[in-house]
Amino acid sequence: MSSPLLTQVGALAQRSVVRTARQPASAIPPLVFPVLLLLVNAGGLKVSTLLPGFPTDSFLAFALAVPFIQGALFSMINAGTDLARDIQTGFFSRLSLTPVRGSALLAGQITGIVVLGIVQAVFYISVGLLLGVRFAAGPAGIALLLVYAALVAIAFGGLGSFLALRLGSGESIQGLFPALFVFLFISSMNTPRDLIAVSWFRFLATINPVSYLIECVRSLIITGWDTRALALGFGLAILMAIASLGAASWALGRRMERT
Amino acid sequence: MRLRGVVAGVAWRMLKNVVTTPSILLPSLLFPLLFFVAFAGGLSQVQNVPGFDYPNGYTAFQFVFVLLQAAAFGGVFTGFAIARDFEGGFGRRLMLASPNRLGIVLGYGVAAVLRWVLTATLLTVVALVFGMQVGGGPVDLVALYMLALIINVCGFLWSAGIAMRIRTMQAAPLMQMPAFLLLFLAPVYVPLSLLGGTLHAVARFNPVTYALGTGRGLLAGDATQVGLSFGLALVLVVVFSVWALRGLRSAEAAG
Repeated sequence: MSSPLLTQVGALAQRSVVRTARQPASAIPPLVFPVLLLLVNAGGLKVSTLLPGFPTDSFLAFALAVPFIQGALFSMINAGTDLARDIQTGFFSRLSLTPVRGSALLAGQITGIVVLGIVQAVFYISVGLLLGVRFAAGPAGIALLLVYAALVAIAFGGLGSFLALRLGSGESIQGLFPALFVFLFISSMNTPRDLIAVSWFRFLATINPVSYLIECVRSLIITGWDTRALALGFGLAILMAIASLGAASWALGRRMERT
Repeated sequence: MRLRGVVAGVAWRMLKNVVTTPSILLPSLLFPLLFFVAFAGGLSQVQNVPGFDYPNGYTAFQFVFVLLQAAAFGGVFTGFAIARDFEGGFGRRLMLASPNRLGIVLGYGVAAVLRWVLTATLLTVVALVFGMQVGGGPVDLVALYMLALIINVCGFLWSAGIAMRIRTMQAAPLMQMPAFLLLFLAPVYVPLSLLGGTLHAVARFNPVTYALGTGRGLLAGDATQVGLSFGLALVLVVVFSVWALRGLRSAEAAG
C-alpha cells in the first residue's frame, strides 16, 4: 500500500475506533451482553454436561465460544449503523469530495472493526480464564484465537459495511438484527450437533455456517488442536471475508456513483 | 368520556404505528418465536437429564418461559415508543392536547396489551404446530394467559415510568436490562431443583421463578403456588402503577 493510502486508512480507522469508544451505548453492549448471556446459560445449562456424550464437564468452557461470534454480530450491526449514519448525515458525501480513496474508506472502517474485535476477544478470553476455564490448546491456541477473531471481524465487518452502503439507513440495519440472530440461535451454540435430538433443528444447525465458526473456537478451548474444526472454521471465515469485502467494494462503487 | 377518548386515540395511533412499521412490528413478533424455536428445538435433550420431571415435555416447558418473556418485553417495547414520542416532541404536544393525561398512560397500556395478544396468539399457534402437549383444562389455560397478561402490564408500567422520566431513547437499556436480568435469573432451561450454585440462590428470591413455576404447572394441569404467583404479580402491578404515575407527573413538571 502506498503511504498516502496508509495515512488515509489509519485516520479513518482511528476515527472508527474513537467513535465507538466515545459512545458507551456502542462500546459496552458487545462486551457485556455476550458475557452476561454466557454466565446465565452456564448456570442454567450446567446439567447438560450430564448428558451421555457431552464433550466436557464444564458448560462454561463449552459456551465460551459463543461470545466470540455473538460479539462479532453486535459489532457488525454497530459498525453498519455508524457507516449508515455517515451516509445519512452527509459525511460520506463530503468525504467523497476529498482525495480520500474509496478503498481507504472501506479499509479504514474494517480496520476499526478489527481493532474492536480483538479487544472483545481479549475481554472474553480474560473472563474465561478468570472463571477457571483452561484452554486445551494452550497459549498458542489463545494466540490463534486472536487471529481468528480478527478474521471473523473482517468477515462480519465487510457484511455490515455492505448492508450500510446498500441500505443507507441506520434504522434498516438495526431492523436486520433479529434476522441475523436467527443464524446464531439455530446453530450448535448450546448443544453439540450430534446431541441435538430434533432432526430438523440438527439439519438447520448443520447447514448453518455459524455452527462451524463456533465449533472452531470451541475446539481450541475444550479439545485442543482439532484440524477438521480449525480448517472448517478458518476456511469459512476466509470465504465469508472475501465474499463480504467483494460485496462491500461493489456497493461502495455504486454509492460513490450516486454521490 | 374524555378519558375514554384519550385512551382510544393514543392506543389507536400506537397500534397503527406498530402495524404499519415493519422495523417495529417484526422484532417483537420474531424474537419470541426465535427464542422458542432455539430453546425447544436445540435444547430438547435437556429433558433427558436426571431429575428433569416436567411431564409435558421440553416444548411445553419452554413455551411458558417464552410466553412470559414475550409478555414482559411487549410491555417494555411500548415504553420505547413513549420515549421516542417524547424525544421527537410528540409527547409534549400530546400532553398539551389531552384533557385527561392519565388517559395517555392508559392508552399506551391498552396498546401494549393488544400488541402482546398478537404475539401470544402467534406463539401459541407455532407451539401447537410444533407438537406442544397441553395437560391443563380451560380454566388452567385462562389462568396461564392471565398471568402473562399481568406480567405484560408490569413490563409496560416499569418502562413507561422510565420513559416519562428520562424522555429519550437513550433510556432503552435502562428499561430493557432489568427485565432481561429478572427473566434470565430464573429457571429458564431446567426446573429450580436442577439449578446449581449462585443461580439457584438468586432464582429462589426472583418473583419470575414463581410465575414460571405456576405457569408451567397450569399448562400441565398441576399448578402449584398459584396464589403466591398471582399475588406477587399483582403487588408488582400496584408498585409499578405508582412508579408510572409519578413518571407522568415528572413529565408534566418538565413541561
